[in-house]
Amino acid sequence: MSRYVLRFGALGYLALLLLVPVGFVFYRAFEHGVGPAWDAVTSHQAMHALELTLLMAAIAVPANTIFGVVLALALVRTRFPGRGLVNAIVDLPLALSPVVVGLALFLLYGKGGWLGGLADHGIKILFAVPGMVLATMFVSLPFVVREVVPVLREIGTEQEQAAETLGASPFQTFWKITLPAIRWAVAYGVVLTTARAIGEFGAVSVVSGRIEGRTETLPLYVQAQFEQFNVQGAYAASVVLALIAVATVVGLRLVHPREEA
Amino acid sequence: MGYLSVVVLLPLAALIWSSRADGLDSFWHQATRPEALSALKLTLGVAAVCALVNAVAGTAIAWVLVRDRFPGKSTVDAVIDLPFALPTIVAGLTLLALYGPGGPFGVDVAFTRLGLLVALLFVTLPFVVRAVQPVLLELDTEMEEAAASLGAGPIAVFRRIVFPNLLPAILSGVALAFARAVGEFGAVVLISGNIPFKTEVSSVYIFGQLQSGNGTGAAAVSVVLLAISLGVLLLIGAFRRWRTRHDGV
Repeated sequence: MSRYVLRFGALGYLALLLLVPVGFVFYRAFEHGVGPAWDAVTSHQAMHALELTLLMAAIAVPANTIFGVVLALALVRTRFPGRGLVNAIVDLPLALSPVVVGLALFLLYGKGGWLGGLADHGIKILFAVPGMVLATMFVSLPFVVREVVPVLREIGTEQEQAAETLGASPFQTFWKITLPAIRWAVAYGVVLTTARAIGEFGAVSVVSGRIEGRTETLPLYVQAQFEQFNVQGAYAASVVLALIAVATVVGLRLVHPREEA
Repeated sequence: MGYLSVVVLLPLAALIWSSRADGLDSFWHQATRPEALSALKLTLGVAAVCALVNAVAGTAIAWVLVRDRFPGKSTVDAVIDLPFALPTIVAGLTLLALYGPGGPFGVDVAFTRLGLLVALLFVTLPFVVRAVQPVLLELDTEMEEAAASLGAGPIAVFRRIVFPNLLPAILSGVALAFARAVGEFGAVVLISGNIPFKTEVSSVYIFGQLQSGNGTGAAAVSVVLLAISLGVLLLIGAFRRWRTRHDGV
């Protein structure tokens, strides 16, 4: 009896909080048929926002993947002073408000900031793509590191040492032994990084200046359309983002075979 | 290391520097303005309620996912990750569509603190579930069976056997959810209406101050949030050490 109360309580909570709202947005987007929704998504401004969003992800994800693997190796395989501190810094983007991240970049590269002088030399960072990429990199930094570290710890160094005694160079050892062992963790981290990079709103909102048609990513576009009372456009773009999210969740399942209960 | 410095440390150093560029007095003045304080109090209060609800609901969901059997369980398990994958602004919009003015249920929590709470519950849902689930999976049922055979009721078994084992995991999940709730922006910006002294949380306040040209004020409150984030992370580190000691590893 109590098991059913618990089961339906938990499922009901999930339904009301997650499934019904997300389902409802799909309903609202296609309320007037597929045509208007398609037109809204393929409008010039929406397409530009989508392209920009994908560009952000295309730069931030590879950068954070390479960095994530290197840092995970450094954290697990080497000892250096301040390791605990580095560990804490890596987690910081998970716990820090994205608006604070955006503001920090704004103050660094803005007028009177330490690197504000770059703008005078024609290197535009704020209200342009580089600043938005930096913001995206900041917020999506921890995911690959966090996924790879526990796996590296678990596989140990025996195989790597064996490869070395057999004359493999460090590069060969990494390529043939370490990388295959951590590849699923890397893939999992990449999927999480991508999702975060595509969906980031707060940090990008601060540094982008939200210039329509220039520095507007898809999440920013959703807000702008909503505030301009083009609710249809906001819902349609949301559906695109929600589909990416669903694809992410499916991707996570494929990469991470679920634990059998 | 260089990458970490350029991407993370340098901006944060600039932030702290700017917050006190006009002296400590000015920092204090900016951080304790009535509107800033009211926003901070609201932020911490709502985040605390959100963390508490998550502690109960998250543990219950993890329990159902590990110990219960029903058709479609793996789908439900996958759905838990949705708030991580869904852009926060979309989360805010979906909740506003359903629980806002003109919603199908006739429930309107838009521009209220309850709406704020619902948005935060949405984005923080996975933390406790995902922290508790693996611990629960590994927990042997032998102890529980032994307790039950000795006459302990289900509540006593949960309270004396299961709960103490789960506690470190619950606490670290709750701490992460709390940190996330304190900083959340995208999900709350639409549904809260951002009414000063009523539904304006700190992240929205910072954004507003920056838009109106008060960079120092925005930086001051940001440093407070940064300190809270660091504090929570240290706490989580402590919970983690506690958990490993619990396992006797």
